[in-house]
Amino acid sequence: MSDHQRLEPPQSELTAPFWDATRERRLLVQWCLECDAAVFYPREVCPGCLGERLEWRASPGTGTIHAVTVEHRAQQPGLASLVPYAVVLVDLDEGIRLLSTVVHAAPDQVVIGRRVVVGWEPLSDGRHLPVFELAKP
Amino acid sequence: MPEHRDAVAPARVDRSLRGAAALVGVADAVSPTGELDRHGQALEAAVVRDALADAGLTLDDVDGVCHATSSMQLAEYLGIHPRFTDSTNTGGSSFEVHVEHAAAAIAAGLCEVVVGVYAATPRSDRHRPAAAFPRRSPADAMLEWELPYGLRQPMGAYALAASRHMHEFGTTAEQLAQIAVSTRAWATRNERARYQTPLTIDDVLDSPMESTPLHRLDCCLVTDGAGAFVLTSAERARTLAKPPVYVLGAGTCHDHLMISQMPDLTTTPGVVSGATAFAMAGCAPSDVDVLMGYDSFTITALLHLEDLGFCAKGEGGPFAEDGRLGPGGSLPMNTNGGGLSYTHPGMYGMFLIVEAVRQLRGECGARQVDGAEVAVAHGSGMVLSCMSTLVLGTEATR
Repeated sequence: MSDHQRLEPPQSELTAPFWDATRERRLLVQWCLECDAAVFYPREVCPGCLGERLEWRASPGTGTIHAVTVEHRAQQPGLASLVPYAVVLVDLDEGIRLLSTVVHAAPDQVVIGRRVVVGWEPLSDGRHLPVFELAKP
Repeated sequence: MPEHRDAVAPARVDRSLRGAAALVGVADAVSPTGELDRHGQALEAAVVRDALADAGLTLDDVDGVCHATSSMQLAEYLGIHPRFTDSTNTGGSSFEVHVEHAAAAIAAGLCEVVVGVYAATPRSDRHRPAAAFPRRSPADAMLEWELPYGLRQPMGAYALAASRHMHEFGTTAEQLAQIAVSTRAWATRNERARYQTPLTIDDVLDSPMESTPLHRLDCCLVTDGAGAFVLTSAERARTLAKPPVYVLGAGTCHDHLMISQMPDLTTTPGVVSGATAFAMAGCAPSDVDVLMGYDSFTITALLHLEDLGFCAKGEGGPFAEDGRLGPGGSLPMNTNGGGLSYTHPGMYGMFLIVEAVRQLRGECGARQVDGAEVAVAHGSGMVLSCMSTLVLGTEATR
């Protein structure tokens, strides 16, 4: 089992489908049918058009590192064993940007422009936290 | 106790708002069951949409927001970038106050189309699961989508912006460090500053890395502190003890609460707040004698230099490099020693105003900028989220 323990994300009625899919290690992205565009973070309405016709779509979980920082002190006690660790903004290929971390990589390998693919870190309740790994060159 | 209050005439009757603004769209959502299907932000969005439709406007037209809890959360949720924002809460009268404030803002040219919204569902909340409770607190989206990943707040968010600035424009750690060095040079002239010993670039680069690329000395202090201001009419101001410092221009803009929602990591809403404030003041960055630019981190101050127009986008590093921001330089910045060396109790914006006023009054002693007539106090809130710019000036500039 892992040597660290993260704060585990809460979920809401709205985001339950997202988190349920993570039990099977599937990444879902919310999509506005009016704007034909991905929406993140998940909302009840599209921030582009205020429409309510939104659906969840499967994502391949591929993207590019947009920005990176390496934390030299743990933001939460359960991450102390990971220090130093990289926190990134990832641009998914669907056109949304999300905050995450890159695992299984030395922090100096985590650089802007690197391709990444979603990975999964188990949470205590059977859900998984989407994290990223460097894509194979 | 008096039995009743005497009717009181307004101290100053100003008709400048008369007819200056109008309500053009309204909507509400109610049901004879006493319960609504939607709740929380979805309900707010629905009535905003209906009110805009009633007005024949769209979200793109909106440049001001009012909300009795968090106008910033509302704007992030709607994905808009308002120039006027009001989260005043006076209980049930909040929305009349919002209209009053918004009308004043519109009359003053701060914004053109303001949306105010309110939604609450106390009846249906009784049988709604706690996990889906109506209104997320501002922290909840962050708890779900950001906090698990270990980003240190707030410095990690600023570090992400710094990484992007370095990547796009070649900005260096040395250039960021120079901002801390110049600011410390001012602090050596302020006997009330937390740190008063001179700093070198190597000192900054040798200080422990906190959130790469930000070293400890790229980060603001954690101190106690308090400040206050008093604002009155120009007419009244001239009868008082100290030389008036006039608000020549003001502008505000915000666009996100979570760093992942910032539209462009290297451009803050300061491009809007600054341009608005300078336009109102009828002056330009070249007219500014003292810049008080919120320095939560060195990267914060660097972004202000670019976004306020003191240099072009991407040139903040070279601009800061020659030491022009320190004593004797061409753009005195953060003359009290800033959040980096003077004080930073958490929300430092008040101290920007205090120092700007003291500089314009000529009260700053060893750190006084000779002949200071125009000062800018540029506040930065949350994680580069909300910028508010004041252009302040002496009697000579009014």
